[in-house]
Amino acid sequence: MATEWNINQIRADFPILSEKLENGKQVTFLDSAASAQKPFCVLEKEHEAYTQYYANAYRGVYEFGARIDEELEASREKVRDLLNAASTNEIIFTSGSTMSLNIVARAWGKKYLQAGDEILLNEMEHHANIVPWQMIAAETGAKLRYLPLTADGQLDLEQLPQFLNERTKVLSVTAMSNMLGTINPLEALSRAAKKVGALFVVDAAQYLPHGRLDLQALDIDFLAFSGHKLFGPSGIGILFGREQLLEEMPPFLGGGHMIERVYLDHSTWAGLPAKFEAGTIPIAQAISLGTAIDYVNDLGWEKIHRHEEELAQYAWEQLQTVPGIKIYGPDLKHRGAIFSFTLEGAAPEDIAQLLNRKGVFVRHGHHCTMPLHDLLNITSSVRASFALYNTREEVDTLIDALQFTRDKLRLNR
Amino acid sequence: MSTVTLDEIYEDFEDLQDWEARCDYLIDLGFELPEFPANLKTEENRVHGCQSMVWLTAELNKAHDPPVMEIQADSDAMIVKGLIGVILAIYSGQPPEKVIETDVEEIFARLGLTRHLSSARRNGLFGMVKRIRQLAVEQMS
Repeated sequence: MATEWNINQIRADFPILSEKLENGKQVTFLDSAASAQKPFCVLEKEHEAYTQYYANAYRGVYEFGARIDEELEASREKVRDLLNAASTNEIIFTSGSTMSLNIVARAWGKKYLQAGDEILLNEMEHHANIVPWQMIAAETGAKLRYLPLTADGQLDLEQLPQFLNERTKVLSVTAMSNMLGTINPLEALSRAAKKVGALFVVDAAQYLPHGRLDLQALDIDFLAFSGHKLFGPSGIGILFGREQLLEEMPPFLGGGHMIERVYLDHSTWAGLPAKFEAGTIPIAQAISLGTAIDYVNDLGWEKIHRHEEELAQYAWEQLQTVPGIKIYGPDLKHRGAIFSFTLEGAAPEDIAQLLNRKGVFVRHGHHCTMPLHDLLNITSSVRASFALYNTREEVDTLIDALQFTRDKLRLNR
Repeated sequence: MSTVTLDEIYEDFEDLQDWEARCDYLIDLGFELPEFPANLKTEENRVHGCQSMVWLTAELNKAHDPPVMEIQADSDAMIVKGLIGVILAIYSGQPPEKVIETDVEEIFARLGLTRHLSSARRNGLFGMVKRIRQLAVEQMS
């Protein structure tokens, strides 16, 4: 299926990218790290589900019910294949990465964590990979520890032996920092975690749109990602868990579909993956997530990677030319195409607002990484993040818009 | 005290064709804001709920008859400073009773601020209004 990389054709797949703004400007969408845009095929699939065979999932024997189940299982299989999971029993539909990580902390953590146990995190984690662990640590008496970062925003692996020990029960880490762009060495971290018998949990929300991960090769125990960052719909996410772990841990939410038998005084649980899919899942969204996976597979991961690498290189070079800029995070060898920065003398809120005037959409604020901003001694930053549909011309537009911003804020005088 | 009155802002806004021009105007207004003493940039004077840093103080000037509120405020963001300019034009130099009576939503709507500001920015703006009204109530009791 894979064909030549044709950026114009790819952009045409995303209807929103050709929308004209109220001021006549073209959209330069540089906030895919927050949520990515959707190709037409994904929107169509969702529409198809609603207009041709919609029914509740796993409940009806009638034709629509059977078709919905079939579509859902086809999508689940696409997720399994994407991650190279051993079985579709290991693929749980959730509402997103946040829910997935909460399930791990709540359901696994509640059963297995005890006072004195340690959970190893680090300061570049998204709040979704900090707060659930804080909550379960407070309940169980387990202790949170934070592996220090190097000055350029990488995990300080040299200090890993001091932080990883036989008390460490969980090492939970992002595959890619949503603020620094840092890509973390999962292989080395996995090996180190396994050596002390710790669970290896990966937040892949930010990484997955940029590259594949092989769960089995990396020996990952739990992994979370969100459909909406992978060009799929919002409201759907995935929790991967090793089958044995999912079998052993209790369910997180109780309700419909997750049960085998309900009595007045107790219930027994359904098998995997239903055990962790209480209530009605986001049905059409789960189905079209499979279409989003087909879309990136068809484009070709290698080509996506090469395109983004070139973009990152160009953006990195061009951003350096902006007077007063400070870009956070490591060099290109250790990062993806996410650039968080500050401009001397300019509040991030002003920058985002003025870039918006030029049709350049970036995020400003703490990007759900307050501890990281504390560490960097800033309250907020501006983030420009690139995806497979962005272009070199959009980098130029960003740079021009930053010059405009500097002018408006009288920083060039 | 602010150098520009609310009526002047209304007039200027009418002359400006679009929101972008008004936005530039707000930035200019921000640059003209009287300097805020650095020693007043304390946690106590911080207005929370804003995305950027905002500090605000209000004192009753009893030398004036009737006594009026004198408001000073600052932000690290220029557009917010511009909005502070508007807030000062509305409230500063007004007696506390007047501050409480003023229908600020109507003013913001007339200036198009309600429509053009993001909900986060609007919350921040109303955070400042709330603080000023609180201080006015305190002055009256």
